[in-house]
Amino acid sequence: MNTSLSWIKAYVPGLDVTAQEYTDAMTLSGSKVEGFEKLDADLEKIVVGQIKKIEKHPDADKLVVCQVDVGTGEEIQIVTGAPNVKEGQKVPVVLDGGRVAGGHDGKRTPGGIKIKKGKLRGVASAGMMCSIEELGSSRDMYPEAPEDGIYIFGDDAVVGESAVKSLGLDDVVFEYEITSNRVDCFGVLGLAREAAATFGKEFQPPVVTESGNGEDVNDYIKVTVKDADLCPRYCARVVKNIKIAPSPKWMQRRLASQGIRPINNIVDITNYVMEEYGQPMHAYDLDTIAGNEIVVRRAGKDETFVTLDGQERKMDSSVLMICDGEKAVGIAGIMGGENSMITDSVKTMLFEAACFDGTNIRLSSKKIGLRTDASGKFEKGLDPNNALDAINRACQLIEELGAGEVVGGAVDVYGKVKEGRVIPFDAGKVNQLLGTDIAKETMVGYFQKIDLAYDWEKDEVHVPSWRQDLECLADLAEEVARFYGYDNIPTTLPTGEATTGKLSFKLRVEAVARDIAEFCGFSQGMTYSFESPKVFDKLLIPKDSELRKTVVISNPLGEDFSIMRTVSLNGMLASLSTNYNRRNKNVRLYELGNIYLPKQVPVTELPDERMQFTLGMYGDGDFYTMKGVIEEFFIKAGLSGKEIYDPNAGKPFLHPGRQANVIYDGEVVGYLGEVHPQVADNYSIKERVYVAVIDMPKVVALATFDRKYEGIARFPAVSRDISMVMPKDILAGEVEKVFDAKGGSYLEHYELFDIYEGSQIKAGFKSVAYSLTFRAKDKTLEEADYMPAMEKILKALEGMGIELRK
Amino acid sequence: MKERLAQMKEEAIRQIQSSDGLAKLNDVRVAFLGKKGELTAILKGMKDVLPEERPMVGQLVNETRESIEKLIEETKAKLEAAERNIRLQQEVIDVTLPAKKSRVGHRHPNTIALEEVERIFVGMGYEVVEGPEVEYDYYNFEALNIPANHPAKDEQDTFYINDKILLRTQTSPVQVREMEKGKLPIRMIAPGRVFRSDEVDATHSPSFHQIEGLVVDKHITFADLKGTLAEFAKELFGEGTKVKFRPHHFPFTEPSAEVDVTCFKCGGKGCRFCKGAGWIEILGCGMVHPRVLKMSGIDPEEYSGFAFGVGLERIALLKYEIDDMRLLYENDDRFLKQF
Repeated sequence: MNTSLSWIKAYVPGLDVTAQEYTDAMTLSGSKVEGFEKLDADLEKIVVGQIKKIEKHPDADKLVVCQVDVGTGEEIQIVTGAPNVKEGQKVPVVLDGGRVAGGHDGKRTPGGIKIKKGKLRGVASAGMMCSIEELGSSRDMYPEAPEDGIYIFGDDAVVGESAVKSLGLDDVVFEYEITSNRVDCFGVLGLAREAAATFGKEFQPPVVTESGNGEDVNDYIKVTVKDADLCPRYCARVVKNIKIAPSPKWMQRRLASQGIRPINNIVDITNYVMEEYGQPMHAYDLDTIAGNEIVVRRAGKDETFVTLDGQERKMDSSVLMICDGEKAVGIAGIMGGENSMITDSVKTMLFEAACFDGTNIRLSSKKIGLRTDASGKFEKGLDPNNALDAINRACQLIEELGAGEVVGGAVDVYGKVKEGRVIPFDAGKVNQLLGTDIAKETMVGYFQKIDLAYDWEKDEVHVPSWRQDLECLADLAEEVARFYGYDNIPTTLPTGEATTGKLSFKLRVEAVARDIAEFCGFSQGMTYSFESPKVFDKLLIPKDSELRKTVVISNPLGEDFSIMRTVSLNGMLASLSTNYNRRNKNVRLYELGNIYLPKQVPVTELPDERMQFTLGMYGDGDFYTMKGVIEEFFIKAGLSGKEIYDPNAGKPFLHPGRQANVIYDGEVVGYLGEVHPQVADNYSIKERVYVAVIDMPKVVALATFDRKYEGIARFPAVSRDISMVMPKDILAGEVEKVFDAKGGSYLEHYELFDIYEGSQIKAGFKSVAYSLTFRAKDKTLEEADYMPAMEKILKALEGMGIELRK
Repeated sequence: MKERLAQMKEEAIRQIQSSDGLAKLNDVRVAFLGKKGELTAILKGMKDVLPEERPMVGQLVNETRESIEKLIEETKAKLEAAERNIRLQQEVIDVTLPAKKSRVGHRHPNTIALEEVERIFVGMGYEVVEGPEVEYDYYNFEALNIPANHPAKDEQDTFYINDKILLRTQTSPVQVREMEKGKLPIRMIAPGRVFRSDEVDATHSPSFHQIEGLVVDKHITFADLKGTLAEFAKELFGEGTKVKFRPHHFPFTEPSAEVDVTCFKCGGKGCRFCKGAGWIEILGCGMVHPRVLKMSGIDPEEYSGFAFGVGLERIALLKYEIDDMRLLYENDDRFLKQF
């Protein structure tokens, strides 16, 4: 929504503020001004001049030398190449040292262009005559301006006066961000009312006088509203003997300030009243209306209709149509039809100002794929009480402008009249909610400024129907607050019962995951929750996998963002790929983000959102680096037991010989491995990539931050080494299982210190050496204490086909 | 014997003083004080000393031994210090050689900003809670006073799963879920991912983060909201930060406000960063709409509350002067390393 300052001032004559003051104060009272444009910001020393004499330039065919009266008593000489100048014309002249906004091609120059006197082909020129483009506007907004050449004023322009003023460019256009609840402020009158209240000035809306001749509109038209639920009110008036002409300059300027191109008096009046009252109107050529009647009804199934832009559009039965006795003539509230549109030869017209159901207009506009200025206003839900005022205002303007003869009376089909609301008031409660101590009289004063009536006897506020947003006391509190000034409300802190600030346990465990990942060199990434269903193929996930059952977005941004992820790896691999392809070396990333597992397909309830701790890396490090991160994390999260790594993880996207499920307490809590070379290739990474994924809900269930001091060993430990040769396929984990099972209570710790395969060892075998540490809490161990355990271990190892080396 | 002792002492002193190293000094000690040393040899002559003179001579022997030992100790300390000094001189290193760093990862700027916000509110007694990202329409809209066909529903460009389930467009549904638990008073913040159907560009992302705040108690006022957010802004952006509350509209709060803070680059004078305004918009807030309280089972006659919502990315972008939102989701190592 835009308004010019001059238009606002038309209704608030006492308003005397700078553009900045207006911006600040209006924003603080609730009508946010996003910005403003001073139309004359780059215009300086430009006056109305009159060309007295034109002579040929002695040395240039395309230039002429003009003597121009600029009101100083002395004529100045200006050389111009403009083809349209004639003696006697009044033109805008920028004097020596002045500025214009841009070139005559319409391109603006920031800060403007300085004009100095000089010589053109040897002839002195003391200024410049301007085109409308050079003045920073366009022919769209000044339709009378010539296509190529100097702007020519009408005869009424006064030589020597400011050309900027004569053109109405001494104005400021404000751009507002109006919130959707303030339907009334989508019209200039609504904003003017706010401005008057904000600055404490009197609001003087236009006085709508009765218009029309002695005839009766009912003799011209009959209106039937069949679907009153979608059309609470329909007003119609008739204008005959139409004389199409340009509208007056003041109206053109005001429309231009809204960015609306002036066309002719009839169209301009329609647009003008739409902007002024916020009430869209439509004009039909009455001679095209069959049967002299208007019927408002829902469209038939698959009905097609040609709108006035010449496009054929398809309706459905939810779209409301304006019809005559035979056919549709307009899509209600959206756009009129080509068959009934106003042309230059129009004789008699039908004016329509109606109120349509906002939601229906919004949905219809979406369905048809056509959004217009009118539909944009209707869809907010207009006040039906505004419609008749608006149409009467339009007819008043028709008469004032001599654009036609208005037929007496108005057709007004209005079912249940919309009444204003009555809200019980309680000044004490308002103060309680705001934390203020504002006198009731002051509050009532604020209400009166914006036309809310207060009933002292009943302690009630009567809200006019155009303020549909005011429903309860809290709404009135906001009215009080914004005119009292949000700035003036004190700042306090909540009192009352103290509460404990804390993070949930889940968030604390996640914080540990972040710390550990970062200690281990992984940086935190963030990736999208939705991705392409093609991801499953990229990850070699089989067609029948459960992972392919997803939560599907019905209106995605595109296929690439259409399903909620069920695996967290795609985001990680895509990020690693980005890094790899930007030649970043040794990249380690982690992410904490959800996967979304549907409980059923199609989805009927919320999916299981599972936080995944995903790690990925390439460059330095290997499988065991990744394994180390997991174990460090588990220790810090209080998972003090031992993880088991099961190589049969069955992950299709991982290297078949380098993957493992991480099992804790008998439950799979995650997996890790080297990414399958085919998958790495699918992500264009030409290095080994390692990933680990931990299912956080399971870890959170197992985690604890409780710790108990176990004492520090005071007696010496005994250490014994076991050196073995074993078949390659025996896993270290199996050997360790033996230590755990047979080591007895004195076995404190064991550690792999050598592993070797190669020429010293027979084919198919490997040499593995462990150091075992025994210790007792209460005594120094003797050989007899730990040897039984040692012997049990050795015996068990031998039983597995492991050779012991002495 | 006296003379021998005096002679020996003199000789010992001379040799000690001329010792140029610890090894030599030790040789001197052995030569004079050792089992086979000179003093022992002299003591062997004690048997020739008259019995009445023996105590006197004995004392003399002890004195001689002590003074030699003392001198040896002193000299030893000196020599040791000298040797240490030589070693220290030899051990000079080039301190400008490159450091050996343990490689530490970097936290995402969103998380750093979030942790700052959490720290501030946890300090004020707020609990950090979460809610589902795939949410029921009811919680995302209806219970927040945005009924079906409300224009605000369109404004938010929602991703739908079906007509009942959607990707939450805001963290506000967590307010409702928290209020429904029926435990009062409430002081919570709820950070999390939200989704809107915006094409990716420098200032938009279809997936971003918000932090919701909610306080519900008896006698909560708009003044409390102002005070709380002023405190928050000062903590987050610096002591001198001022806040400006502008009236606004949200369906689930009344009165509602948008909050600007003084530009932390220019302090409010106006610069390129704040586009000359001196102020930067950071959040939306308001008093919880009585209808929202009622729908969540809280009596608006007895309780009131305030709520606010902050865009996490907005804070991160502002605070760390990141000029393109896409950087936050690319995860380029060179970007992440800067935080």
